[in-house]
Amino acid sequence: MSAVAVDAPRRAGVHPILGVLARRVVSGIIVLWATATVAFWTLQLVPGSPVDILAGDMADAELREALAREWGLDLPAWQQYVDFLGRLVVGDLGQSYVQQQPVVSVLGDQLGSTFVLALAAGVLAVAIAVVLSTATVGRARVRRGVLSTLELVFVSVPVFWSGLLLLIVFSFQLGWFPAAGAGGVRSLVLPAVTLALPTAGLLSQVLRESMERTLTEPFIVTVRARGVRESLVVWRHALRHAALPGMTVLGSLAGGLLGGAVITETVFGRPGIGSISLQAVSNKDVPVVIGVVLLAAAVYVVVSTLLDLAYTLADPRLRGGAR
Amino acid sequence: MSALDLARRPRVDIGADGAPAPRAARPAPPAAVLVSAAVLAVIALFVVWPGLFTSFDPVRSDVANSLQAPSAQHWFGTDRLGRDVWARVVYGARYSVLIGIAATAIGVVGGTIIGIGAGLSGAFVRGRAGRLLDEALTRVIDVLSSLPAILLAMLVVTFTGPGIGNIAVAIGIAGMPLYARVVRSQTMVVVRTDYVAHAAVYGRSRAAVLTEHVLPNGLTAVPVLAAIDIGTSILAVSGLSFLGLGPQPPTPEWGVMLSEARDILRIAPWAGIFPGLFITATVISVTVVGRWLQRAADRRIS
Repeated sequence: MSAVAVDAPRRAGVHPILGVLARRVVSGIIVLWATATVAFWTLQLVPGSPVDILAGDMADAELREALAREWGLDLPAWQQYVDFLGRLVVGDLGQSYVQQQPVVSVLGDQLGSTFVLALAAGVLAVAIAVVLSTATVGRARVRRGVLSTLELVFVSVPVFWSGLLLLIVFSFQLGWFPAAGAGGVRSLVLPAVTLALPTAGLLSQVLRESMERTLTEPFIVTVRARGVRESLVVWRHALRHAALPGMTVLGSLAGGLLGGAVITETVFGRPGIGSISLQAVSNKDVPVVIGVVLLAAAVYVVVSTLLDLAYTLADPRLRGGAR
Repeated sequence: MSALDLARRPRVDIGADGAPAPRAARPAPPAAVLVSAAVLAVIALFVVWPGLFTSFDPVRSDVANSLQAPSAQHWFGTDRLGRDVWARVVYGARYSVLIGIAATAIGVVGGTIIGIGAGLSGAFVRGRAGRLLDEALTRVIDVLSSLPAILLAMLVVTFTGPGIGNIAVAIGIAGMPLYARVVRSQTMVVVRTDYVAHAAVYGRSRAAVLTEHVLPNGLTAVPVLAAIDIGTSILAVSGLSFLGLGPQPPTPEWGVMLSEARDILRIAPWAGIFPGLFITATVISVTVVGRWLQRAADRRIS
């Protein structure tokens, strides 16, 4: 009887993962649509007409009119919005006002470099956080104090300063790494370390707190009573239980990595989304700005979907489909 | 390993109800908090009375003395235009710290309004309209927090153009979701408590219940959250300024100084080291003091 009651919420025939995925895709589309709408209408209100940007200093009335017609800027705003959404559905983000080429290709050219940087920094951050937190959990006061101070420094240091310090030491003094550019692995090291530090500090704090909570649970006493080595208790049991909150934080930090990449790329003179969005912001190149914003929102949607799936796989309790 | 060891490591505190309580966080050594408070006091003096610390003009250039290393006369050296880096750091506190505080204030006010609106609409607006309002406001929070703060701020700067007030608004907007979330969930809890029901049963008007019970209890977490968040805001302000979206040169804002120092880093590293040191020290101090306040508040509640 009770077995039936437990199984009942799980609808027959539909795998629970698919349910989670479907729900996530729908809410992801809503977030993207809302973001696109907010960005579109906000930037409609930007003082000055896009025609000024297109026409440059040649304020010839005839030319302006021709440009407005060509870019569809003479249409009413709601018409432009409908066209914009229509193009969005087929993956067309429009034309850059300044670079006179499709936004998709402007972003596409630079996406790889930023992605590599963010990924390298993310992996590095996880590695640093796991080492820092497992080295300190339940340990002596002094070691804890030193390492948690280190975490605080990591979190508080602005990336544009830690980047400059790394440049001074490793580029100018020691000459190990190039000071600018994006050629090969050697030019990736300093930016990736710079970008990884704040994420690593935050993640390490969360992991340690969560591990300490786990270590007070009764099942840990059972594990210890079986004579399991302390390091194994930490690595196999506590770390595993801390992984879920850790993933949550890492998910929310993915956006932070993207934002931090903008500054890090500027520090190290790396090409990427950072320089593109900076240029677009200062030139009021609205289609590119909207493209960058949508890209960030898409990253958020994808990451939170993956997180949800990972939870469902990691925690059997979530597979019931009760919600 | 004896059975005693097993139970002792890590120590489990037994709560009043007999259940094992999580080990309470060790109170911060007052020394760290005191040092941080002292740092903040000095920074506050920089803001209020910079002339006390230096007689140099932070903006006037003196090309004859450009790029000098730190010395007895120029403690932190001089930059490319011969301006005293120490003087610029002292005067720069005004910009970085005050813009950071202004941004936090904007975030607190905006986020609190959204949060209260969402939290109350379920309880005070009857029927479907209330739920819809809550849903709409929650979606606004979702959209705002789906973007990294720095990109959201850049979106706002596209709209407003660079400038001191503009980045304060931009960073404030980026900070709103944090407060909106906390206030919304707290308000929803408070609205359903017995004491609010009692006050209503005693015939207190809605406005009275709102101002006497719901608001004071719904907003308890906000001040401490804001105190810690000032550090984050200062980081964001100097970050946007570093990107050239905030105050423009020759303003001695710390992020602007770092951006100028980047080009002369090889020959004059001091121009970049010292402003960054002050940003970091300020942010660490704000965080240490803020966390200490938070622990004190937690202890008071529990």
